[in-house]
Formats: sequence, C-alpha cells, structure tokens
Amino acid sequence: MKVHLSHPTRDLIIQGPKRVADIFKELNLIPEAFLIIRGQDLMTEDETVADGDSIEIRPVISGG
Amino acid sequence: MRCRKCPKRAVLGLSRHNTAFCGDCLTEFVRTQVQRAIKAQQMFAPEDRVLVAVSGGKDSLTLWEILLKLGYRVDALYVDLGIPGYSSRSKEKVEQFAKVVAEPCGSQLTIHTVEEDAGAGIKELANLIKRPTCSACGTIKRYQFNRVAWQNHYDVMATGHNLDDEAARLLGNVLQWQEEYLQKQSPSLPASVEGFAKKVKPLYRMTEREIAAYAVVNRIDYLVEECPMAKGAKMLVYKDALNRLEAESPGTKQRFYWGFLDRQEKSSSVAPSMSQIDQTTLQPCSVCSQPTTAGTCSFCRMMARAKTAVK
Ligand code: SF4
Ligand SMILES: [Zn+2]
Ligand SMILES: [Zn+2]
Repeated sequence: MKVHLSHPTRDLIIQGPKRVADIFKELNLIPEAFLIIRGQDLMTEDETVADGDSIEIRPVISGG
Repeated sequence: MRCRKCPKRAVLGLSRHNTAFCGDCLTEFVRTQVQRAIKAQQMFAPEDRVLVAVSGGKDSLTLWEILLKLGYRVDALYVDLGIPGYSSRSKEKVEQFAKVVAEPCGSQLTIHTVEEDAGAGIKELANLIKRPTCSACGTIKRYQFNRVAWQNHYDVMATGHNLDDEAARLLGNVLQWQEEYLQKQSPSLPASVEGFAKKVKPLYRMTEREIAAYAVVNRIDYLVEECPMAKGAKMLVYKDALNRLEAESPGTKQRFYWGFLDRQEKSSSVAPSMSQIDQTTLQPCSVCSQPTTAGTCSFCRMMARAKTAVK
C-alpha cells in the first residue's frame, strides 16, 4: 500500500493487507496524534488497509 | 467498528469517552460540545456579534463553520503575517472558505496585512528588533485582533484553541510555576477594562484529533501544512508528552485541564479576580490607547523600535 505522511512530506510503501492499529505500531506513531484517511473517508484502528490502497496518515497536532 | 448511537460504520473511536461515532453522529457530538462550552462558560448569547480569529488551519476554520451552523452572528479576521509561501497558502484556504461557506451565510472576512501596516513581514520585523519571530508574531496578532474587535464593536473575540492547546499550555505554566499566567488560562476572559475585548475559546472541550476528524467529515478544506516557524516549539514537546499519557490512560488531558478549571472556579471567591487585577494595573497606551501595564504598549514599542532600526 502507499502511505502519505506530512511534516515533513514523504511517501512510503508498506506491505498489506494490514490493520490500521498495526500500521501505527510499525511506524512507531501515537494514534492520538493522527488520522488515517482513505480517499475522503476516515478509518478506525480496527479496519484493514488492502495492499492496493493509498492512505494518508495526517498529523493533527499543531505547534502554534 | 460500529457507531454507538446508530447502525452505521464508525469513522472515529473516542477512547476518552469509551465510544465511537459515524460521521453524522460525530458532527452532532462536536456541535453539542461546543454549544455546551458556550453556555457553561457564558461566552456569548445568540444576539452577540462574534469575531473569530482564523489562520487557515483546522481549528479556526472548524470553529467558524460550527458557529455558523449553530446560527451565531459571526465574522472572521485573518492576519497575513507575510511569511514567504506559507502565508499565501493559508490565506488562500481562508478566502476559499469565506467564499464558499461563510459569505452565503452573510458572514464576512476581514484581512489585516502586516506588511502594509508595518512596512515588513513578521520575520523581517522580528529580525529588526532582535526578538524571536513567534514572540513578535504573538504581540502583533493579539494587538490586531483586539483592535479590530474593539473598533468594529464586536461583543466578543473567539479563537480556535482546543483541549490539547490548553492542556499543553497548562503543563508548561505548571512546570515553570508561572502563576501569573495561570489566571489567564480560563476559556472565557471578560472585557476587564475599556479597550479590551472579551476573549473566548469555544473548542476547549474538544481534542485536536476530534476537531481534525470533524473537519475531514464535513469537508472543511484547511491547510495541513504548519507555519515553518513552529518547528521545535516547546508546545509540541508538551503535547507529545500529554498524548503519550493519554494513550496509557484515556481522559488524562481533560482531567488535567478541566480539573484545573474546577479548582480555579472554587478559589475565585477568595482570590481577587482577573478583572479586578486588570482594573488596578492597566491604563491606556500613550500612543494608541489600547490598555497596557506600561506607559506605551508592547505593540507600539515594537513598532517604534522597528522604525528606528530602519533609519
Ligand atoms: S508559529 Fe510562530 S510565527 Fe508562526 S504563526 Fe505561530 S506564533 Fe506566528
Ligand atoms: Zn451514528
Ligand atoms: Zn499602543
């Protein structure tokens, strides 16, 4: 699957299918600080991302 | 995961409330929480005119949208800081939202451009007077929002500060024991003296993640990119620490900040209120007449220093 991240902007390829919760673990990210978006839809941590999917892991924490 | 309120698929789990919502139920939940915040803290009434400070980020655009949806009389102010690249992209998001969502509801956007007013963008200004950019920026934004709110007779000024912002700020203030700042951490600060607008934070009950989720669900097109000056800000370290605690023990952030507010309310009957302190320490600035503790306010001193530095 394709994974898009911000701050800094970068793209990764991760082997799917994989549960959202496991993607967080693999990338060592705290779920409370991000949203997972597929297309225009939010995904919860128990959902599975297929290998052919593209997702965005969007940070929700701002520094200002 | 299913929504806890209806049979639809959930889009967000909220572990601090041990629940999960679909898009529609999340929208209703967030709007209800904001309405509750406005009532509980006596922020404003339906007939009041509200000025929202917008930056193009998720919090301020979401706040603008929610207040419109709740039927309040709200306009917005954007301060163009003149930060290369970032400012034009954030302004574009704000103008787009104003055109598509706000103006059809009769809500107006005002833009204040720092460069037009001060002759330079925020980075150059800060360099000229040898102050950190964020501190000069804070002075300018506070000053301009208050000025526009006061001069245009708004009843109250609202900012998009959320639970994470307030909990992180509280942690910072407690770690340094900055007691004089603790006074100002209320989500509703009265217009204590002539020339100061009332300031409120209607999103203080919502986490950043809930607000971002609301924005995505309601197709609010905000700028995900951060101000380049925010890199390495102390606030981010505090927020990260709090989110790690939150992961171990859901509800930590709200217990910390709301618990502080409860204690503050209980002690307010004995300690002098912020209004009382303000009334004895503030006087009109000798240049612009906005209230200040010094003879000339920090904004006017900053502008004077910038002018002499140019010569
Ligand atoms: S990060 Fe600093 S310079 Fe950027 S908007 Fe915030 S306070 Fe201003
Ligand atoms: Zn539902
Ligand atoms: Zn002044």
